[in-house]
Amino acid sequence: MIIKRTPLNWLERLYIPSLINGFKVTLSHFFGKKVTMQYPEEKWTVPEGYRGAPYLVQDSKDRTKCVSCQLCEFVCPPKAIRITPPGPEVNLERGNIEKEPAEFEINMLRCIFCGYCQEVCPEEAIFLQEDYSLTGQSREEMIYDKKKLLELGGVRDSKVKKWDKKAADAAAQSAH
Amino acid sequence: MASETTQVEPKPVETITVKVNGVSVEVPKTTPDWQGNPVPTTILQACQQASKEIPHYCYHPKLPVAGNCRMCLVEVGMPAMGRDRKPVLNEDGTPVIQKGVLPYDPSLPRGAIACATPVAPNMEIYTDSDNTKMMREAVLESLLINHPLDCPICDQAGECKLQEYSVEHGQATSRFVETKVSKPKQVDLGPRIMLDDERCILCTRCIRFSRDVAGDDALGIVNRGSYNTIAAYPGERFDNNYTLNTVDLCPVGALTSKDFRFQMRVWFMKETKSLCTSCATGCNITVGSRENKVYRYEPRDNDAVNASWMCDHGRLNYKWAQREDRLKDCLIRDEKGTQKVTWATLSKALIERLNQAEKGSVAIIASARATVEELFLIKQLADHFQAITDCVARQGEADRLLVQADKNPNSQGATALGLCFSEMGIQIPSIEQGIASGKIKTLLCLGEDATKAGLDVSLLKQLECLVASDILPNPTVEVAHFVLPSCSHLEKRGSFINGKGRIQKFMQAVQPSGDARADWEWLRELVVGLTGKPIADTLPGVFNQCSQQYEALSGITWQDIGDLGVETKI
Repeated sequence: MIIKRTPLNWLERLYIPSLINGFKVTLSHFFGKKVTMQYPEEKWTVPEGYRGAPYLVQDSKDRTKCVSCQLCEFVCPPKAIRITPPGPEVNLERGNIEKEPAEFEINMLRCIFCGYCQEVCPEEAIFLQEDYSLTGQSREEMIYDKKKLLELGGVRDSKVKKWDKKAADAAAQSAH
Repeated sequence: MASETTQVEPKPVETITVKVNGVSVEVPKTTPDWQGNPVPTTILQACQQASKEIPHYCYHPKLPVAGNCRMCLVEVGMPAMGRDRKPVLNEDGTPVIQKGVLPYDPSLPRGAIACATPVAPNMEIYTDSDNTKMMREAVLESLLINHPLDCPICDQAGECKLQEYSVEHGQATSRFVETKVSKPKQVDLGPRIMLDDERCILCTRCIRFSRDVAGDDALGIVNRGSYNTIAAYPGERFDNNYTLNTVDLCPVGALTSKDFRFQMRVWFMKETKSLCTSCATGCNITVGSRENKVYRYEPRDNDAVNASWMCDHGRLNYKWAQREDRLKDCLIRDEKGTQKVTWATLSKALIERLNQAEKGSVAIIASARATVEELFLIKQLADHFQAITDCVARQGEADRLLVQADKNPNSQGATALGLCFSEMGIQIPSIEQGIASGKIKTLLCLGEDATKAGLDVSLLKQLECLVASDILPNPTVEVAHFVLPSCSHLEKRGSFINGKGRIQKFMQAVQPSGDARADWEWLRELVVGLTGKPIADTLPGVFNQCSQQYEALSGITWQDIGDLGVETKI
């Protein structure tokens, strides 16, 4: 199909009405509500349930909730997670939660924020949180270790306190 | 003619016909028990023949039957008997089968434990019926009542029968709302065993193994009812050389190995069929490794060698292969100093140097820890140089179950291939004298430390050429002119002939560290370079070449050895 181009008339050739129309739009936004933000100084708040970077969380007693079951390491599609189990030494500080990872690393360059780790975790110890833009100066810096993951993850208590309940049950029975 | 026959006809096996899920199966009337004595065939064994798996915890083919876990309960039907004690028949002539019903009617047959109930003629077994399923669900519910369900921190998770059967036969949810009985955790039973009493389902496999197989009646059950607890005899430690077998036997995560505890989840482990090299028994093992790190040995069933067991010493004797100070570099040492070189340079230099050696001026100390293939290649070298050869004996204590006094895994191989005489080490003094008198100018120490064999370092320094290959550093390697880093059995393939003359093979579990290389590869290069003989360039090829030349191995190919090994003519 051939599109016929009609020649501009003299008013259109002046361009002034078009300019005025353009300035109207600009001015209406200039005085209206601002929609841009000064990223990265300003950041948007993510909606609830947003799947950002996975971090480890602690319970209200400042205990690492992770028990080093390594299910997240197993399920992780890009193999971003690497856990070093604690070995056989008995850690009396952990009480009845006998296991805690000696080291927990997430390679944030590999992580695809899929959320399988959070879904598979039987202890509710890892959550995809709100960080979506992670930067670093080197590849090594982008491998987050246990300390960093716990700092970033913060405290998130769960309603079911199974370990505390077990400890309480055991204490009650030993009292008899 | 018949009267002339001296051959005794084998007795026909008496059989019983039973029906498993409606399919007739003919089973022998008796089956060997854990000690090999004939006992009546049980329902469980009949079902195994019919390829129907019956879930079980306490039953183990190598242990006496206890029948206490009740997991193998199945519904059975028996032919009904009339008042005249004759089977009641249907109109079509088939016997009337009386089945069990739930709840139990005392006049009718009940569910029977498959592990301890002998089969009877015309018995019918229903492994998939609703009643069987109900019984399994009920048993699992009972077992899980006091189970802590701490699978995330339990080492058994992934190979736990309680997990498997709960998925397969259990209920989705628990109805139990009362408080679970808490029992001791982290009980230190012995130097290698940690017990978690809460996880125990009281199958008593560990007790029966310790009492009847290991001969150390150390374990028992204390307390009553829900408080039943496995414990060692008061004041005693559970400490014999077979304790870790109880960890394998434990169907749940109650008995844990202190060595493997919290080290790695089992589902990450790559399993490789291998052999234990700690003595001449050659126990069949499975090596569990992940990312080039070995985490554990487990016995692998082989009734001709080790049944289902292995000793604790052999099981824990794997860490040396992963030591940091392993030999990783090819070294050439001369007046100018020590040089790190590549294999290509080393092979070339070594062949050049050995080409200068006069026949009869060479001695070889081979190792009875080397594989048959390696020893075959060493023998080629020995024949080429008309060398005096020997191996180093290792003697220890034997026990009545598995451990042999000979601590070399391949003494029989070394003897059969003619590298040493029946008394190992008898030639070492001649080698010593030869070096001292200057007759022997070249010594090849392959996989052994000459100083351990009794040759002094000052004597070794008199040699014009000392070639040493080993896995770990030793005094001989430190003065050797050529150092060849070699592989442990975990890093290569090969075969050993055990003390009873059975040839068995092992597979590669991990990659060698550093420049270390499977011994047979560089030995083959040497043999081809020095003698020009055609040697196969694959390990099975080398073995087949070897077996053709030796009467003891004749007719055996690499393929024939299989996973369980074959008897040789030794």
